[in-house]
This record gives sequence, C-alpha cells and structure tokens, in this order.
Amino acid sequence: MESYEVKEHDVLVIGAGGAGLRAAIEASAQGVSVGLVCKSLLGKAHTVMAEGGMAASLSNADPRDNWEVHFRDTIRGGKHINNWQMVEIFCQEAADRVSELEEWGALFDRTKEGLIAQRNFGGHRYPRLAHVGDRTGLELIRTLQNYGIHQGFEVYMECCVVELIKEKDQVCGAFGFWRESGQFIVFKAKSVVLATGGLGKVYRVTSNSWEGTGDGHALAYRAGAELVDMEFVQFHPTGMVWPPSVQGILVTEGVRGEGGILKNSDGKRFMFEYIPDAFAAETSDSEEEASRWLKGDPEARRPPELLTRDVVAKAIRSERIAGRGSPHGGAFLDIASQRDAEYIKKKLPSMYHQFMKLGNLDITSTPMEVGPTCHYVMGGVRVEPETAMTTVKGLFAAGEVAGGLHGANRLGGNSLTDLLVFGARAGFHSAKYSKEIAEALNPSEDLLKKMERFSLEPFDPERTENPYSVMADLQETMEINAGIVRTKDEMEKGLELLQDLKNRGEKVRVEGNRQYNPAWHYALDLKNLLCVAEAITLAALNREESRGGHTREDFPESSEYFQNVNSFISDKEGSMFIENREREPMPEHLEKLL
Amino acid sequence: MAEAQFKVFRGEGAKGELFEFPVEVTEGMVVLDAVQQIQSRHANDLAVRWNCRAGKCGSCSAEVNGKPRLMCMTRMDELSLDVPVLIEPMRGFPHMKDLVTDVSRNYEINKKIRPLTPKPRETDGTYRMQQEDIERIQEFHKCIECFLCQNVCHVIRDHSVKEFAGPRFLIRIASLAMHPLDTLNRLKELKDVFGLGYCNITKCCTEVCPENIKITDNGIIPLKERVAGAFYDPLAWLWKNLTSNSKKIPEKNK
Ligand SMILES: Cc1cc2nc3c(=O)[nH]c(=O)nc-3n(C[C@H](O)[C@H](O)[C@H](O)COP(=O)(O)OP(=O)(O)OC[C@H]3O[C@@H](n4cnc5c(N)ncnc54)[C@H](O)[C@@H]3O)c2cc1C
Ligand code: SF4
Ligand code: SF4
Ligand code: FES
Repeated sequence: MESYEVKEHDVLVIGAGGAGLRAAIEASAQGVSVGLVCKSLLGKAHTVMAEGGMAASLSNADPRDNWEVHFRDTIRGGKHINNWQMVEIFCQEAADRVSELEEWGALFDRTKEGLIAQRNFGGHRYPRLAHVGDRTGLELIRTLQNYGIHQGFEVYMECCVVELIKEKDQVCGAFGFWRESGQFIVFKAKSVVLATGGLGKVYRVTSNSWEGTGDGHALAYRAGAELVDMEFVQFHPTGMVWPPSVQGILVTEGVRGEGGILKNSDGKRFMFEYIPDAFAAETSDSEEEASRWLKGDPEARRPPELLTRDVVAKAIRSERIAGRGSPHGGAFLDIASQRDAEYIKKKLPSMYHQFMKLGNLDITSTPMEVGPTCHYVMGGVRVEPETAMTTVKGLFAAGEVAGGLHGANRLGGNSLTDLLVFGARAGFHSAKYSKEIAEALNPSEDLLKKMERFSLEPFDPERTENPYSVMADLQETMEINAGIVRTKDEMEKGLELLQDLKNRGEKVRVEGNRQYNPAWHYALDLKNLLCVAEAITLAALNREESRGGHTREDFPESSEYFQNVNSFISDKEGSMFIENREREPMPEHLEKLL
Repeated sequence: MAEAQFKVFRGEGAKGELFEFPVEVTEGMVVLDAVQQIQSRHANDLAVRWNCRAGKCGSCSAEVNGKPRLMCMTRMDELSLDVPVLIEPMRGFPHMKDLVTDVSRNYEINKKIRPLTPKPRETDGTYRMQQEDIERIQEFHKCIECFLCQNVCHVIRDHSVKEFAGPRFLIRIASLAMHPLDTLNRLKELKDVFGLGYCNITKCCTEVCPENIKITDNGIIPLKERVAGAFYDPLAWLWKNLTSNSKKIPEKNK
C-alpha cells in the first residue's frame, strides 16, 4: 500500500460551485476547520456557466411579488410533488441570501431607482431574477470565491474524490487523488458536505461539462444514503443545435425573458397551441396580448414562450416530429424581430458573442435554431429540509446534488438561489454537527486498500475497453432509452444495455501514467455515471404517469396516485431498490397559497 | 470530410516534443473539438483543461499557431489547414503536462488583494447604485480568469520582477477601487505591493483578452493616474478628496 497524504478537517466540503463555496463560507463562520475540494480549478464549476439569473422575491420590479407568490410558482412549476418544507424555507430566505452577495461585491444590473433589477423567466409570475446581463453565474461564483478565500478554509483544487469513507454507521472522510500528480489523498472529517452538482454527462446532448458525472449522487448512494425523484431530469428547451460541435450548449431562457419568441418552419408562433389548462388563466392567448405584455402593460398576461421548461421542450419536440422543425431539427428562436440590436447586445452580450463566434450567426438580425438539451437533475440525495443532512449520519448535501426542492420540474433561476440558501444551511449544520463530535473516526487500513485497488484497476494491461467509447455508448443508450419521452419497453431494454455497459466498464483500460491523465479520470467517473444512469432508468420505469420533466408515451396523463408519492432509491444488499412513499400533506397556510 | 494535421506539444515539466495527429474536420468545428478528438482516438492520456466549451469558464487557454487563445472559441475555419495546426501550452506559466500549465501563482496573488469593505446599507436595508456608476466595473467583472493576459505580459515573463500582480489582478483591484460601496484606499498597495509602476502600457494584455476588456485603457491607466495624483501631486490629491467622491471615474476616461 502507498503512503497517503492525510488531511484533517472538521467539515469537508466536496464541490466548489455556488453550493460548496457558500457551505464552506458558512461553516468557516462557525469557527470550525473546513476543507473544500474540487475537480477543476477554483471558479470553473458549472455555476460559472449559469446565465439568466437567480430568483428571489425582492419585489424591486413588481411590488406585487413576495415569498408566497414565489412559493406558489415553484410548487406549480414542480407539478406539486416538491418537498414543500424545502420550498417554504427556500422562498423565505432567498431574498436575504441574494442581497447579502452585494456586501461581498456582486454587482447586479440596476433599476432606475438604483436597486437590483429583476427579469422575467419561465414560470415566474412576476419579474424575479436578479441578473448581470447573461453572465449571472460568473458574478455569483467570483463573488463567493473572492470573499471565501479570506474566510480561512483550505482549498484543494484539481483533486477528485473517488469514495466516501464510512466507519460504523457514520461518514468520516473521503478518499481521492490529485489530478496533477495522480497521488492519493485521504481526508479525515467529522462531517462531509456533498456539493458536487449534476449528472448531465449521462446523456449525449447536454449543456453540462465533463464534471457533471453524478459523482455526489453515486458517492451518497454507495455510502447508504437515499436518492429521491431520480426520474426527473430537466431537458432545457433551448440548446444550440447547429453546428454539430456545439450541439447542446445552452441558450439562456433570458432570451425569451427579454421577449424572444419561438417559431416553426412555417413561420408560425406555435407555443399558443401548447398552453396547459392549469396555466391558461395567466398566459396570453394572442400575439396581440403578448406584444402588449412586452411593452410593459401590467394587465396583459405572459406570453406562452415563458411557460415552464418541460412544456416548451415537449412543444419543440412535437413540432419537429410533425415535420415543422428548423433545418437542423429544432425550432427558431427569434429575438431580432422583438428588440433592437443595441438592447440585445446590452442584455444578452454573451449569447450574441456565442452565436457570432460558434454559430456564425448574428442574433440581432437572424433567428437562432434551438432544441432540447439535458440540463439539470431535479432528483438527488434526499435531505432533511432544515439541516440538509442526508439519511446517513455526518453526510450533508446541497445544491444540484440534493433532491426535493424542485419537484418534477425546476423553474429557471431557482437553482442559483438554491445553492445559496441550502449551501448556507448545509455549512451551518455540518459545522454544528462536527462541534458535537469529539474526534473523527479513523478509516481502517483495509478500506483504504480496497479503495486504492479499485482506483488503480484501470491500469491493468489485461483490460481492453477504451473509456471514451464506453462513455459514448452509455450516453447514446440513455439518450435513446431514457430520454425526453420514455416507454416501458425502451427502458427495460435500457436496463439490459446498462448491464452490458457495466461489464464493459469493469474492463476499461487506461494507458500512460497517473499524472494528469484524463483517460484515468474518465474511467473512474464511469462507475458513477453507470450508477446514476441505472437510478434514472429505474425511477422512470417506476413512475407510470407523465409529469414535469418525466414524460411517458405509454402513460401520457398525470395520475392522482403518483401526485402524492415520491420515489426513493437505496442500496439493498448490493442491488438498487426503489419504493414510492407518500408525502406529508401540505399544511393549510401553504395550501391556500396555491 | 476534410482532414487536417495537428501538431500537439506533449511531455512533462517542459520536456517534450510536438506529435503529429490527423483530425477529421466537420462543419463549425473549433480547436478544442479537434484536441478532444485526438484525445479519444489517438492519445487517451493527453492532458488538457476544459469545462464550458463556450468561452465562459476560461479553462482551455493555449497557444494556437503561436497565438494565445481559448481553444473552444477558435474556429477551425479561421485557420489555414494547408499546414499543420500547432497547439502548445501557455508559455508564461510553469509547464506541467501536455497542454496543462501550473497557474497557481494567480491564485496566490488574488489572495493578497484585500476584499471589498462595504459602507453601511441605506436605512431601508438596500444599497442604491446607479447603472451608469457600475458599468465600468461590470466590464472588469466579465473576466473569466483565462489568464491569457498574464501569459503574454512581458513584466510577468521577466521573472526578476517579483511583486507585479499582472493585468488580470490590476483590473480586479480597479474593480474594487472604483466600486461605489468600497471604503478602502487601495492606492498605496497598488504602488508598493502590486507593482503598478512596472506596467509600461504595451497593451499586449488587452489584445489577447477574449472578453474584450479594455484592461489598459479602462483599468490600468486610470489607476496609474490616481496613484500619480495621490503620491506625486499632494495638492491635486487633497483637492480630489475634498471635492468629490474619489471613486468616480475621471471624466475623460468615460
Ligand atoms: C449552461 C448553464 C446555464 C445555467 N443557467 C442557470 C441560470 O441562469 N439560473 C439558475 O438558477 N441555474 C442555472 N443553471 C443551473 C445551475 O448553474 C447549476 O444547477 C448550479 O450551478 C449547480 O451548482 P452546484 O454548486 O450544485 O454545483 P456545480 O457548480 O456543478 O459544482 C460542482 C462542484 O463539485 C465538484 N465535484 C464534482 N464531483 C467531484 C468529485 N468527485 N470530487 C471533487 N469535486 C467534485 C466540481 O469540481 C465542482 O466544483 C445553469 C446551468 C448550466 C449548465
Ligand atoms: S499593458 Fe502592462 S499589464 Fe498589459 S501586457 Fe503590457 S505591461 Fe503587462
Ligand atoms: S482580463 Fe481577459 S485575458 Fe485576462 S484573465 Fe480576464 S478574461 Fe482572461
Ligand atoms: S472551455 Fe470554458 S472557456 Fe473554453
């Protein structure tokens, strides 16, 4: 066995996106020693890519807004299966968490009165998203980073966690390696916060980077924690579709928030045909009304392009199947006819730049071609609403890796605020938990040996599979068998294929040495991807209805039974076990907000 | 389908050589796609950093045909494919492996910058700032920390100067010094700790910035003027402090 570098902290935070940074800041503020680990350089997590904004009812743009309306919108957007305790906490604390960022240096776009400006987004009744042009995530992560580096926590960057360490029934650290040197590192900790983000890389077309491999979901699952709502994956309606090399890259919903409209190949504004009954009362039913809304008429209802993401993504898909798609199989997103060039460049500078550079297209004069892309996972590690603790002692989770808040469909802008609200809570409660523990348990030699052996297996020269090809096949399988629209047969087939892929995964072979070797990193990520792929498929097969981000061709309607239950996945003697459990009913004071 | 040749630097700790690889070129392809194709088909262990693929995270900096660029924002159809495309790591930083360099020094410099120290909130609990007063700083906040400007700055490349923060961090300090809420005076440390005086305004940094931030004109030059005003012209300094909010950007730089 190698000798390992060992680092000890009261709280170990895994992940340095918005959630991890916010957790590390809060835990440090409680006076405990904190370590923060991330796979990339600091400041490069997904959070940096977020564009449109963060939702909070500051009511700067419309005085009618408050936390209660935000609560209503979030539950309706989540199709009523959200964990309402989480939603209540979230909506009540969102505004404070956002304005606190100003003290740490964030500069949001301003209203005429000099306050934080707010923009419209899908599913939010009033303009609610604090934003900085279309680079809000950059502002968020840089603000937390530049404030955080003075709070005393230690950062381990380009360091990857392979497994959590658990002794007795308690999480007490993590085993990982430095990407640069390939050397192993053992973290001892009294508590661990997972803030590892999402799992978009399980699909072929995605807005996520190489980091989104569901590590936290899989680490938690293997440590015995429960996963909730794993069938709910968000396909964002507007990803780039052309040229092929940029397929999946996100086009912010801010384009529609600023007035962008969707058209099919007949030039028809098709979203008017897809307004669900539940949203008819607050959605424009004519182009005339929609254009009054754009001009700021408070009596006009919101245009149908701002319906929730699940609705818009499915509409684009239906248009394409009906033969009315754009030349490369998407829809046209047109802001050029709605706003003048100066306005577009000011409000959506990075979209302008992105299309100019990558698509050879000027969005101030020409419509964009867009189509659905895997963007976000609503499902995740089950946590206690107040404390963000998982079902395993000493293990906390916050941000995209945690489940429950967003229900069946996340509203745009609710993620960034989620990172702040529950990041702070996870930081606070993990610190509190650590203070109550005398000493972190020591990991046993045997366990470490096992982890080392597992991590080095891919270098075995007897092995034959190329990690890049196994990953590509996995992504294709998920795209086909558990994608936007699902059927029983396809998913059963998918589960079989996943079994083959698992076998191939055990044979991946890595060349070269351990120093900064991406093939090795992919080989290790593969195990996590396979785990989350199975969880998504199993949960999607289980939910025999359509709701939010989960659409079953064989069960196109929503069912009352499934409205009242959430699905929970856990490990039972080495295999994945799923069960449906009823939610606690919503108390009256919240029920009446709907 | 067209084919191109790529020459990619491979090796560890600055020791290495150029290896040639074929690349199958498809429409709209960028250099990062080509490098990833090489990685998945011919050199699985090729070390390279990337995240967003859309010019938003600043991870994929390298030298393409000798020019410092973001690989994900460099389209293949901008390059001549008659000769091999040359891909090398950034030269201004210690080499680690293949296309990956050690950029940790940047993080150390950043730590030395004192954080924003804001004035108290208004009585209604808000902060009021006008859009036009923050526009200039919002420009600096666009920085994606690709470190291409640090890579090309000759003052940094000349290793004898130890205390020079470099363009990226000078504009970060500028963003604090011009921040309507900040209460610190940062001019002395700009001169003594961050070596503002070493910059001789060659503007190489501005030229490579993928975010088109006018690092020199809008950041460094106004800072130099303030420092000069403060330390070499006591009367002017006094005047400025007595008459107005010294955070305001000098009129002529607007
Ligand atoms: C292009 C794009 C645009 C978006 N726009 C918006 C928007 O406008 N508004 C909004 O609300 N949401 C938006 N989202 C969603 C939102 O950005 C993400 O959900 C959110 O940033 C996730 O934050 P996080 O802190 O949970 O994780 P991330 O930011 O994904 O960070 C995860 C961290 O965990 C680390 N990590 C992962 N695995 C390991 C491991 N094994 N070992 C060590 N470290 C590990 C990573 O290195 C990283 O530091 C967008 C997402 C994308 C991709
Ligand atoms: S202008 Fe100054 S900071 Fe920029 S490259 Fe030249 S010397 Fe360096
Ligand atoms: S200032 Fe420009 S070149 Fe320098 S690090 Fe920032 S984005 Fe890159
Ligand atoms: S990969 Fe993010 S800037 Fe190129």
